[in-house]
Amino acid sequence: MAGHTRGSGRPNQWSRNLNAKFASVPMILTAVVIFLGGTIWTVVYSFTNSKLLPRLSFVGLDQYERLWAAPRWLMSVQNLLIYGFFSLVFSLVIGFVLAALMDQKIRFENTFRTIMLYPFALSFIVTGLVWQWLLNPEFGIQSVVRSLGWTSFAFDPLYNSNIVIYGILIAALWQGTGLVMCLMLAGLRGIDEDIWKATRVDGIPMWKTYLLVIIPMMRGVFITTLVIIASGIVKVYDLVVAQTSGGPGIASEVPAKYVYDYMFQAQNLGQGFAASTMMLVTVAIIIVPWAYLEFGGGRKRA
Amino acid sequence: MNLRSFAAALAVTVALPLGAASAADLEVTHWWTSGGEAAAVAELAKAFDATGNHWVDGAIAGAGSTARPIMVSRITGGDPMAATQFNHGRQAEELVEAGLMRDLTDVATREKWKDIIKPASLLDSCTIDGKIYCAPVNIHSWQWLWLSNAAFKQAGVDVPKNWDEFVAAAPALEKAGIVPLAVGGQAWQAAGAFDVLMVAIAGKDTFQKVFGDKDEEVAAGPEIAKVFKAADDARRMSKGTNVQDWNQATNMVITGKAGGQIMGDWAQGEFQLAGQKAGTDYTCLPGLGVNEVISTGGDAFYFPLLKDEEKSKAQEVLASTLLSPATQVAFNLKKGSLPVRGDVDLAAANDCMKKGLDILAKGNVIQGTDQLLSADSQKQKEDLFSEFFANASMTPEDAQKRFTDIIASAE
Repeated sequence: MAGHTRGSGRPNQWSRNLNAKFASVPMILTAVVIFLGGTIWTVVYSFTNSKLLPRLSFVGLDQYERLWAAPRWLMSVQNLLIYGFFSLVFSLVIGFVLAALMDQKIRFENTFRTIMLYPFALSFIVTGLVWQWLLNPEFGIQSVVRSLGWTSFAFDPLYNSNIVIYGILIAALWQGTGLVMCLMLAGLRGIDEDIWKATRVDGIPMWKTYLLVIIPMMRGVFITTLVIIASGIVKVYDLVVAQTSGGPGIASEVPAKYVYDYMFQAQNLGQGFAASTMMLVTVAIIIVPWAYLEFGGGRKRA
Repeated sequence: MNLRSFAAALAVTVALPLGAASAADLEVTHWWTSGGEAAAVAELAKAFDATGNHWVDGAIAGAGSTARPIMVSRITGGDPMAATQFNHGRQAEELVEAGLMRDLTDVATREKWKDIIKPASLLDSCTIDGKIYCAPVNIHSWQWLWLSNAAFKQAGVDVPKNWDEFVAAAPALEKAGIVPLAVGGQAWQAAGAFDVLMVAIAGKDTFQKVFGDKDEEVAAGPEIAKVFKAADDARRMSKGTNVQDWNQATNMVITGKAGGQIMGDWAQGEFQLAGQKAGTDYTCLPGLGVNEVISTGGDAFYFPLLKDEEKSKAQEVLASTLLSPATQVAFNLKKGSLPVRGDVDLAAANDCMKKGLDILAKGNVIQGTDQLLSADSQKQKEDLFSEFFANASMTPEDAQKRFTDIIASAE
């Protein structure tokens, strides 16, 4: 999308590259009919009392009222906020620090990079299962530490309602930081050697160079990373299912799971659609102002 | 064998050549995957294969809550299987109303299901607008407390004879390092346990008023408050279970790591598979030993409407095979459930099944919650009770308030 806006703003834009535009018609149709059409369909049906099968009998805002009164939904939203905030901060910070360390022309860089990226090759389900075992008090970390002699050691986040969401966060970070690191590393490699030489000549300390020079120059990479992480946060589902299936009780429920459970298990499509519409609205609230700044107002900057 | 079952057996043999002439592969989906269940479903497959057709097993792992969405989306998505398990009741109601399911009235009248299926409420649950849409295969009742004799011996107390004694024995069990009551983490287990407590403590009529008539005043009343009090005991006793699946929780009872479990009679298949004997190794208390009532929910097979004529014919053969006396006995003995026909001989039944048959014969039955409540209300209930059992800071009073709201909004 960034490439598309770049160099635009000239007149007679529409008549250029007609062949290419013609060729993109199927893609545009797909986007409009399937993505936009599906979205509108979902929103419309969220105002109905559809049960197992969709039917058009409107009930106004009933589904939304019920949704926002449901303790499980409120818990899901709260969990998503906690998970989202920490996952954003930690994966950016850890990812960047790892990338910066990797960028110090160390030996065996390839090996390290591969090791860091390996977790990303696993699906969320596998990641979730692995961490379910690791965090299980009877088989995992706790039992290993206890067998070493520290018998009062307790570490069972998945079985404690208050901190279970952090247990999920650990698994998510383990899986996701490798990718963030690679993106960041690519960004760092894109920085001109001369910049480094110039800062060295000026005698600026390295941390300051990173913070004040390099990071602002990596704006594009940061935004890409942010979008990737953020979309991963909103749709988190399989990790929770594999690790805790929402438990203990409802302590680790997330919105996407609410949507699935109510659409298919409770056979209440209306309620599921209302919840998924709320997810869409959340994303829109975040994305729209950002997209406007980036692609609307940002044209002059490019 | 009395005359009626002889007639039914005859009907099967009449259907036999018909089936052989149009041998077909039928895919049957179900969620019977635990050890005892798999052994039982193999009996069905064997009986159906004997008719010259072929049972293509479509087991979907992970309890009904995982399997049902897959089944429903296959049926609504135009890729129906030939037959599928549901709990009879309201789960498939809308699929039938949308005309996706096959009307079995012909088979049912030919084989006199109305006369042979006991209790009649089972067939009523299959009937929508006077037409029969499913073949019930078993009666499952939720209202059982399974106790490990070994665990109580280890704790040095007698095996309890009812719920109150069990609650009183809990501290002794805990002292011996045994979890008194195993409740798996899956939400339906907590909700189910509550329903059992309700019928045992508040009685049959209250149960019917709350779930049948959706009477919110009763739901908010003192009778149900007592039930929530008992649920609070159960919550305290279940602390430290740390397993998810019901059969893992049952396994805790089998191995003596837990004192007991409130679970439906399907748990019996697990005890059997582990080679345990009712009475000596484990004890079962129907209605928690307080109020001997059992619910008559259960499993039924629904048959989606198919275009292929051969397969449609084979569906009829399958439907009658499921209800034939021989299949009923073989299947239910392995499954630990009760047969849907009152006229079959269950001499091989163990102690617990005999208790169940007795209660059934006395007519102390209620409808299951799956038959009374919609999937939506069931799910809300599950959310409530899984939270209640996991969160010790939620008071019984708060929980009852939320329970009343659910009943008030149920349809």
